Amino acid sequence: MNTLGQAIAEAGTLLAGFDADLLEIIGLSLRVSLTAVLIACVIGFPLGAAVALFKFPGRGAVSLLLNTFMGLPPVVVGLLVFLMLSRAGPLGVLGLLFTPTAMIIAQALLVTPIVAALTRQIVADLWREYGEHLHSLDASPTARLGTLIYDARFSLATAVLAGFGRAIAEVGAVMIVGGNIDHATRVMTTAIALETSKGNLATALALGFVLLTIALVVNAVVELVNGWAGRKAALA
Amino acid sequence: MRRITATLLALLLATSAGFAQSGPITLASTTSTENSGLLGDILPRFTEDTGIAVRVVAVGTGAALNLGRQGDADVLLVHSRPDEDAFVAGGYGAFRRDVMFNDFVIVGPPDDPAAIRGMTEAPAALARIAAHGADFVSRGDDSGTHKAERRLWGLSGVDPSAASGRWYKETGSGMGATLNTASGLGAYTLTDRGTWLSFRNRGGLEVLLEGDPPLFNPYGALLVNPARHRHIRAREAEALIDWLTGPRGQAAIAAFQVNGQQLFFPNADVRRNHRD
Repeated sequence: MNTLGQAIAEAGTLLAGFDADLLEIIGLSLRVSLTAVLIACVIGFPLGAAVALFKFPGRGAVSLLLNTFMGLPPVVVGLLVFLMLSRAGPLGVLGLLFTPTAMIIAQALLVTPIVAALTRQIVADLWREYGEHLHSLDASPTARLGTLIYDARFSLATAVLAGFGRAIAEVGAVMIVGGNIDHATRVMTTAIALETSKGNLATALALGFVLLTIALVVNAVVELVNGWAGRKAALA
Repeated sequence: MRRITATLLALLLATSAGFAQSGPITLASTTSTENSGLLGDILPRFTEDTGIAVRVVAVGTGAALNLGRQGDADVLLVHSRPDEDAFVAGGYGAFRRDVMFNDFVIVGPPDDPAAIRGMTEAPAALARIAAHGADFVSRGDDSGTHKAERRLWGLSGVDPSAASGRWYKETGSGMGATLNTASGLGAYTLTDRGTWLSFRNRGGLEVLLEGDPPLFNPYGALLVNPARHRHIRAREAEALIDWLTGPRGQAAIAAFQVNGQQLFFPNADVRRNHRD
């Protein structure tokens, strides 16, 4: 209980103090996770929508794989990316190991299946509703894909937030491919792991509260934008 | 959309490729040197003296040697002498130099169920812990501390692996996580003094045995062999080793304190290593 109270007080001090090191860590966390989510959306939206709309051999298997990969263990993804990017690995010449880019790649791999699988479900539901209408308009497949993704944009925000939640909270992958290097690849979750290993349990927990606060702000911003855009769309 | 992806990827590759050619060198070191705050204290002075920035990846000694073997680090600062010598003999390292030492201590709960307090020989104390079946937490992660612990068990004549999962608990994690476990269980464990002195969550644990010669813990600096990996930044990495083993680095190591106590004792051959 003592640690908990100490942690809450420390979280307040950390946030109010705008500690330069902490801001750097928060900044890198957001940069890595938001970039990973962006990449995941660029790949996952069309992929998920395509699996929902088009009939092709192996569609059931792809759908099953996407759902399974939502549960990819971060530490396994981290290890695979590590082996690819290590100097001894196939992409070693790029010298990407222990850089933020490596962390973005690992998190994008983790988040893409989540975005794609949720997109598939959302677009499939929309298709059941509007499929005949789009058929009657004789829209081309790409036009159908684009229209449905656009129409689903408010529901897709949930897919994006689920992906962001996964990325910002995971420690296993970024620890392995980033190396938790101070002022280079240290993010919120690896900083929490480090403070825990130093026995600074109150500081670790305080950082956890800060991380939750950031997630809260990001979610609130998306909610606000969504609500505002939704009202505008309803009026138009 | 495709253009955005392409631009994004190109941008990522461009920035990181540039980063790989120049920029900081990579030092793979152990959790004991990083978690105690030593590297954070002395490396900025090296950067100030030479203009060379250093990235520290803090892992166990075994993992650090692996990073060196694969060419993922330029220089290593580790503590397991037999493995370091094998690393150089195998052609993975160009050379090894003494840098500093500290020592290991055996910590345990204050009620000391195996009654090792007052003993002077670490192997005998371990044998008594085993005889009592008292909880002992091991790193179990192939780190320098874990290797030292296994050497001590070897000297004690007891093979604890038979009791793994019962009183001998292998955490497979860093020193801090292992101390957290020992403090939670009220168990014995072997720790380097540096991590112990800066560790904040001791619970009731106390130092019960220290000062036995087998507990001596020397650290060596190794240059990863540039002949094996062309991208190794040999000149900058060697500058770091020269600095660590030279008068400036040795003085910085000696001056580093936690709670008023010196954690590491420099022991480099300064005259041989220093070049002007």
